[in-house]
Amino acid sequence: MSMTDTKTHSPALELEDLSVAYTVRGRDLPVLSNVSLTIQRGEAYGLVGESGSGKSTVALALQRVLPSNGRISSGHARVAGKDVAELGATELRRMRAKDVAMVFQDPGKALNPSLTVGRQMAEVFEILGSSGSEAKRRGEEMLGRVRISDPARVMASFPHQLSGGMQQRVVIAMALAKDPALLILDEPTTGLDATIEAEVLDLVDTLRQEFGAAVLFISHNLAAVASLCNRVGVLYAGKLVEEGPARELFNDPRHPYTAGLLRCLPRAGFKGGAALDNIPGFPPPPGSITQGCVFAPRCGLVQERCRVDEPPLYDVGTGRGSRCHFHDKVDDLPRMSEAPPVNTPERGPNVEPVLKLKHLSKTYELPGNRKVQALRDVTLTLDPGETLGLVGESGSGKSTLANLVLGLAEHDDGGRISIDGTEVPASVHQRPREAIKAIQIIFQNPDSALNRAHTVKHLIGRAVEKLAGIVGSERESRIRQLLEAVRLTPRQLPAKPRQLSGGMKQRVAVARAFAADPRVIVCDEPTSALDVSVQSAILNLLSELQAERQVSYILISHDLGVVRHLSDRIAVMYLGRLMEIGPARSVIEGPHHPYTEALLSAAPTVTGERGERIRLEGQIPSPIDPPTGCVFNTRCPRKFAKICETEEPPFALDDEGHAIRCHLPREKLGRGRRMEGVDVVEAGA
Amino acid sequence: MGSPFGRFLLRRLGLSLLTLWLVSVVVFLGAQVLPGDPGRAVLGPLADARAVAALNKELGADRPPVEVYFSWVGGMLQGDLGQSYAYRAPVAPFVGDALLKSLKLVGVIFLIVVPLGVGAGVIAALNAGKPIDRILSVTSLSLTVIPEFVSAIALILVFAVILRWLPLSASWPTGAGPLTQLQHLILPALPLVIVLFGYIARMARAGTIEALSSDYTRTAILKGLPWRTVLTRHVLRNALVPTITVIAAQTGYALGGLVVVETLFRYQGIGNLVLSAAKAKDFAMLQAGILTIGAFFIVATLIADCITVMLNPRLRAELGR
Ligand SMILES: Nc1ncnc2c1ncn2[C@@H]1O[C@H](COP(=O)(O)OP(=O)(O)O)[C@@H](O)[C@H]1O
Ligand code: SF4
Ligand code: SF4
Ligand SMILES: [Mg+2]
Repeated sequence: MSMTDTKTHSPALELEDLSVAYTVRGRDLPVLSNVSLTIQRGEAYGLVGESGSGKSTVALALQRVLPSNGRISSGHARVAGKDVAELGATELRRMRAKDVAMVFQDPGKALNPSLTVGRQMAEVFEILGSSGSEAKRRGEEMLGRVRISDPARVMASFPHQLSGGMQQRVVIAMALAKDPALLILDEPTTGLDATIEAEVLDLVDTLRQEFGAAVLFISHNLAAVASLCNRVGVLYAGKLVEEGPARELFNDPRHPYTAGLLRCLPRAGFKGGAALDNIPGFPPPPGSITQGCVFAPRCGLVQERCRVDEPPLYDVGTGRGSRCHFHDKVDDLPRMSEAPPVNTPERGPNVEPVLKLKHLSKTYELPGNRKVQALRDVTLTLDPGETLGLVGESGSGKSTLANLVLGLAEHDDGGRISIDGTEVPASVHQRPREAIKAIQIIFQNPDSALNRAHTVKHLIGRAVEKLAGIVGSERESRIRQLLEAVRLTPRQLPAKPRQLSGGMKQRVAVARAFAADPRVIVCDEPTSALDVSVQSAILNLLSELQAERQVSYILISHDLGVVRHLSDRIAVMYLGRLMEIGPARSVIEGPHHPYTEALLSAAPTVTGERGERIRLEGQIPSPIDPPTGCVFNTRCPRKFAKICETEEPPFALDDEGHAIRCHLPREKLGRGRRMEGVDVVEAGA
Repeated sequence: MGSPFGRFLLRRLGLSLLTLWLVSVVVFLGAQVLPGDPGRAVLGPLADARAVAALNKELGADRPPVEVYFSWVGGMLQGDLGQSYAYRAPVAPFVGDALLKSLKLVGVIFLIVVPLGVGAGVIAALNAGKPIDRILSVTSLSLTVIPEFVSAIALILVFAVILRWLPLSASWPTGAGPLTQLQHLILPALPLVIVLFGYIARMARAGTIEALSSDYTRTAILKGLPWRTVLTRHVLRNALVPTITVIAAQTGYALGGLVVVETLFRYQGIGNLVLSAAKAKDFAMLQAGILTIGAFFIVATLIADCITVMLNPRLRAELGR
């Protein structure tokens, strides 16, 4: 076979019994064991699994860029037919320059902060033999191909001058510039907004067809994988436990782990619908399970045999494999966690809303006498025990609204915030203790919210003292009570944050927020940093605490699945304005605002079905200089008349309390596509 | 200057001048507060009362302090640093000469220590965890804690007395060429090189390790770039920014160490000048010397800040806001 033959006929990637070990303090930790998979040319393969399962290690190993303590201990990785372990230094460089490209999770980190985009772009072509000016020209052309409208400006920019979505486009352009046989994407959208995520996924999908590159798509976001990939592999504790065509695998999983992951996902239902399940326990540390099935300690179908015989890869259909002895019994997998009670908020004419916001605006002064209205005239109420979901692209004012409610930023004169019917001052410093106690927050990233120097006991204890004003022996019992409520054990009291997993840290944050019996908790992307299995446990915890204590939530999330699962009502924001607010079902199913319609069409679902994507053209306009008339008119696909540009539409309210800010009459507004639940994997309650 | 960098420079310059002014006030007050009667303090208890009064007049001790301060500062602005009591001559030439000598010494110190320290740090980082890294780390750490006078004496013994490779005295014969001067300066430079080496090496090591494990370095490697390009263009550029800040901060430390080294090697630099002025109670000289050291430190920091900003586009952009 000649060289060209190898290049065109061999698969883009072939892993054959690949094992990788990291040496830590003299001991070898096997993080991948005997992983075999093949990605054909032009195929998109998704690799999913909880964090720590070894997904990134696969990507690093096949390019030979493992950390210095890692090595391929056995097996082969072949890229475009060439065994990477056998390549010499020059050939290895040539492989990296031509055959394989990688896009990392955080585009901000993948770009060199001290070089211009142009320099970094040109480099790729220079290494392939282009002259300086030609490299620059081709770089610009490449940026155009990833749909960057102003390549020359972007080339001259430094990475930090670009938005996250733009940075990721640049990284993708750099990756595709070499026309690789294999493109690896390691969690490429985890740090991005829902709409930007959808854009990036779309882009990858189109480019994949344009360039004919094979894709290895690594993600813990099952829906993103479902929407992009033909085939999927499920990695657990360094083993490929299931593999198969994406649709079939997600519709009819043949391994309890895959089934468990899918049951963690908030899907088609609304609040009060099917409860999320979770996978109890944690993935085992590498190398700790030497006998039997690696999933046995967490498996709901485990039998004696599982702890003794390691399951081989059973053939479970065309192109499908499962490492489970009982792969035909997966449908019988019992629920692994108790379904949490679901709260119905108190409503009615006699119920005083717990939180009332009237005409809240926030204007920031910029140097040069400019002003930004980060929030404009928001009026809404929150009932006791109710969850209000807050959605909108980044920059739409969600966090500003949260900060005003918390008093961390002061709203403009003329606005009013009342808690339980009593108006409170704008600034948290002027609020009475009762009012401060009443509103708490849970952040996206528990790491930055928890002081690393303190123990769990101290962290919760301080909140109990400061907020609830409880001291002495009662303090102890209160801490224990909270600990129990968030399902931590007293064993964790002396631990510091770094000794805890992401999920446990978030539980500590939840315990802290509940220390003083709050009335309202702002949950700012509470689970977007977490694995689905951990996310479902935290979401269930939030439901349970709400039912128990009648607390209300303002839930900010870019994951529409999470929002619809938890919310009674949903508010949609754009450019600091409320565009739509109403009961969750009405907002999701429509008729809804054209902006909501676009947001919903962008969300990927695990069934892989995506309706017609409504693309929003252009960037979000600058809030310094918002468009006249309807602020959405510069991007609105349904804009219909001059009036959209001249007059701000009023809120049109129906009798269900569903308000929409659009000039179009309701019957002309869009409706959501029906999301078909995949009931096969829905756990019986 | 309209550019953000120009505005930054102006602002930092203003700040430096303010600092310098504060230093001048502190130095002046120090000299005022210490002896109640400077003339008596200088001339001793047995001196003639008329001589004391005359000296007090010369030192300005008979005038209100504010007035003295302003005439001192005023003179300084015109390049008149005052009259040395001990030498009965203008202070300026002495200070100028001493400053030049110290600058030469500091120059030699940094010429040796920066490449050595950065080189060692980078090599250690590239071989992190391997024996060479451990050796370099332990060495640099232990060198840092040796006081200058200990290492200075040891160095003198070994290189000047026993081996006779280098001249003992730091002062070169008048009219000596740059090479001879350099030969004289190496020995006095070494004690401070030894101390600074550790700091710089550790900073360079930490910066390089961080840059090496970054995603952008991985991206560069995965572009198939030659290792040398990856290292110089992507790793070092980002790794050395914090190191430069450290180097600048250490300049101040080097100046403190100069007093010890210059005294030991009998080198007529600014440290030595200040010390002997203090001993001789030569206030004008003392004030001018300390002020010069202050000015030198401020300028060094300013330069370091500018370099840091120029190397870091993000900082540069923040200036714009
Ligand atoms: N440099 C390293 N040294 C030791 N262990 C490591 C190293 N990098 C990763 N690991 C471990 O290897 C396992 C797999 O990690 P990784 O491939 O990053 O998983 P994923 O990408 O699925 O989150 C984890 O247990 C992780 O802690
Ligand atoms: S082999 Fe046994 S323990 Fe492993 S996944 Fe199947 S049923 Fe569960
Ligand atoms: S008012 Fe016009 S521009 Fe605004 S959302 Fe409605 S149709 Fe679109
Ligand atoms: Mg990973």
